[in-house]
Amino acid sequence: MSAHHDAHGAAADHDGGAPHGTRKSYLIGFALSVLLTAVPFAIVMADGIVGPQTAAGICMVFAVVQILVHMVYFLHMNTKSENGWTMMALIFTVIVVVIALTGSLWVMYHMNANMMPGMGDMSGGM
Amino acid sequence: MSDTLLKTIFGRLTLESFPIHEPILIATFAMVALGGVALVGALTYFKLWGWLWRDWFTSVDHKKIGIMYMVLGLVMLLRGFADAIMMRLQQAMAFGGNEGYLNAHHYDQIFTAHGVIMIFFVAMPFVTGLMNYVVPLQIGARDVSFPFLNNFSFWMTTAGAVIVMASLFVGEFARTGWLAMAPLSGLDYSPDVGVDYYIWALQVAGVGTLLSGVNLIATIVKMRAPGMTLMKMPIFTWSALTTNVLIVAAFPILTAVLAMLSLDRYVGTNFFTNTLGGNPMMYVNMIWIWGHPEVYILILPAFGVFSEVTSTFTGKRLFGYTSMVYALLVITILAYLVWLHHFFTMGSGASVNSFFGITTMIISIPTGAKIFNWLFTMYKGRIRFELPMMWTIAFMLTFVIGGMTGVLLAVPPADFVLHNSLFLVAHFHNVIIGGVLFGMFAGINYWWPKAFGYTLDKRWGTISFWCWVVGFWVAFTPLYILGLMGVTRRLRHFEDPSLQIWFVIAGIGVAIIAMGILALLIQLYVSVRDRERLRDVTGDPWGGRTLEWATSSPPPEYNFAFTPVVHDLDAWYDMKSREAERPVGGFRDIHMPKNTAAGVVLAGLSAVTALAMIWYMWWLAILAFAGIVGFAIWHSFDYDGDYHIPAEEVARVEDARTHSLASTKPAEA
Repeated sequence: MSAHHDAHGAAADHDGGAPHGTRKSYLIGFALSVLLTAVPFAIVMADGIVGPQTAAGICMVFAVVQILVHMVYFLHMNTKSENGWTMMALIFTVIVVVIALTGSLWVMYHMNANMMPGMGDMSGGM
Repeated sequence: MSDTLLKTIFGRLTLESFPIHEPILIATFAMVALGGVALVGALTYFKLWGWLWRDWFTSVDHKKIGIMYMVLGLVMLLRGFADAIMMRLQQAMAFGGNEGYLNAHHYDQIFTAHGVIMIFFVAMPFVTGLMNYVVPLQIGARDVSFPFLNNFSFWMTTAGAVIVMASLFVGEFARTGWLAMAPLSGLDYSPDVGVDYYIWALQVAGVGTLLSGVNLIATIVKMRAPGMTLMKMPIFTWSALTTNVLIVAAFPILTAVLAMLSLDRYVGTNFFTNTLGGNPMMYVNMIWIWGHPEVYILILPAFGVFSEVTSTFTGKRLFGYTSMVYALLVITILAYLVWLHHFFTMGSGASVNSFFGITTMIISIPTGAKIFNWLFTMYKGRIRFELPMMWTIAFMLTFVIGGMTGVLLAVPPADFVLHNSLFLVAHFHNVIIGGVLFGMFAGINYWWPKAFGYTLDKRWGTISFWCWVVGFWVAFTPLYILGLMGVTRRLRHFEDPSLQIWFVIAGIGVAIIAMGILALLIQLYVSVRDRERLRDVTGDPWGGRTLEWATSSPPPEYNFAFTPVVHDLDAWYDMKSREAERPVGGFRDIHMPKNTAAGVVLAGLSAVTALAMIWYMWWLAILAFAGIVGFAIWHSFDYDGDYHIPAEEVARVEDARTHSLASTKPAEA
């Protein structure tokens, strides 16, 4: 399916491509992702070890680390793969996600604070 | 048969779902049916089905897919414009005792359908079609990175358009406005199928848009000709890159919002309801986080077209290429920082509103810089007033006004007066027609000779041009005036008779635009008819500067017999100045992707799934979805996806071109 093969020749295919993983790196990644899933799961299941807010906080932190583990061990991302394009794409994604999340929180917080009296608190389900 | 059985089979679909009591719809249906029968009859009579299927529908050639996108956009433009005429007629009539000819139920569907169709199924196909056709040629590639995915994307977009069109004759469309704002679009206020048609049409088409974005990014990043560094990339390709980055980052947000809305409607969640902790304001917030980048998704490719056209028809290198690229990049980021200006009035307060007001004003700076760059490119150039250049100049004059009213609306206190008024309607038509559509017309007139080997007829093109430009101003200046007087949008009936004259003038404007569309169709017809008179064998009718003009018109299936090597920004101009010789021998086999019907099948099954979900025919939805998954897996085991064009065949095609080029040489000298 790839006209690319012809256009650039076989040599271009490995030029700046992503590195392949080794058995060891896959196992490390697997162990880490199991750990990062099991710990928050256990904390939520064992009701009452920590308060609900702490539990949510721990879940969030573990989720972020989980994302990083996947990117490094399974997607083989580093600063050099694909001539830096994957890093560039990651930075752009992070910028957009941060803008969308913090912006939404900021906007919705103000919307909620400015509700007319008697209209109720809109934050109940958020 | 029992009621339960009927309900199990047909879901919500009953005989009452067919709008046989609406004379307007019956007449429309009769017209469409007659036209459809005539078309099918003609295709059968001239035995064109096989040709259409083999050479077009199943084609993975980016050029053919690009042309099919343009055809889709043109057909849907006619539908969307029919909606516009109906609205203008209604508003020009319905004053005082006169109720007009459309009831509220029907009128609300029309303004919703007009917006949805014009953005998603006219502007988007036009933009995607141009990028699909031009980008691989401009970067010297054989095709896009994933040719089958490209065909699939096209058919998903078409499937979305088919779903919207189906709502005309089976059931009804949404009555919510083009963004289906919650809670109006929730089950409490819109219990019928209209919003479901809206959701599924956009979800299906959205898959196509997103995948085509991924495809074009990969193409531009990975498949540029050797020597074409990023800063030697043609500016249209740059605009395509930034556009597709915006698509890939923004469209998942739309998908997520619509998915949550469907959960509210189908399984009773409360994301956007008024009750049980739901928050409709979150819907408004999130849909505009997608909606504002969408505006730039539409306009950036048009900016790219204007840049190419300006430098070609002034015979000069584009002024400030580097600043153009940086302007595109700055707009790409800033496009994500302005969304709240669409709802200043929702009540975020002074701090939030002033932040987004200021970012909105800032984003006009890179846009303004681009206008100056085009002006400086024209300065002391030898301007040739061919059709693409005429559209470009009309764009500059029109778009600047639209941009200024936009900056006016960016001032929150002014927006509180003008929000939801006809002033806003006039503003965004001013930038979308005067920017995007004029850009697409410039692009069509510019690249048509590349796609078909003959230029478009100038006389009818000029008539179309003047009708569009004049018609636009006659139609929308009254809306600016009415908006300043406080008239709100989407109204079906008015009490104050002093307003009527403005709506009548706007109606005259839309009639002039109708002449422009008619002239455009005649232009296409006359050009096809007189193609021998308009023939261009050089492949470079305008004295172009970028690589697409280096190959023949229309380009061979494989685009370039040898991948060109790029030394300078305007690669083809550079080759011409160095009198580079066209290679005439030593051809090799060319590896190409095979046509496949998988795109049509998958998109067809997706449309069936969507229609079944809309009508609650669960069994059919499950079957069709299983069909999608099963077929996709089966298709992925099909390894027979490529073939080689033999070197002799390449040599034959290239020799024919050498021959036809040689035959024109004396005429040039």
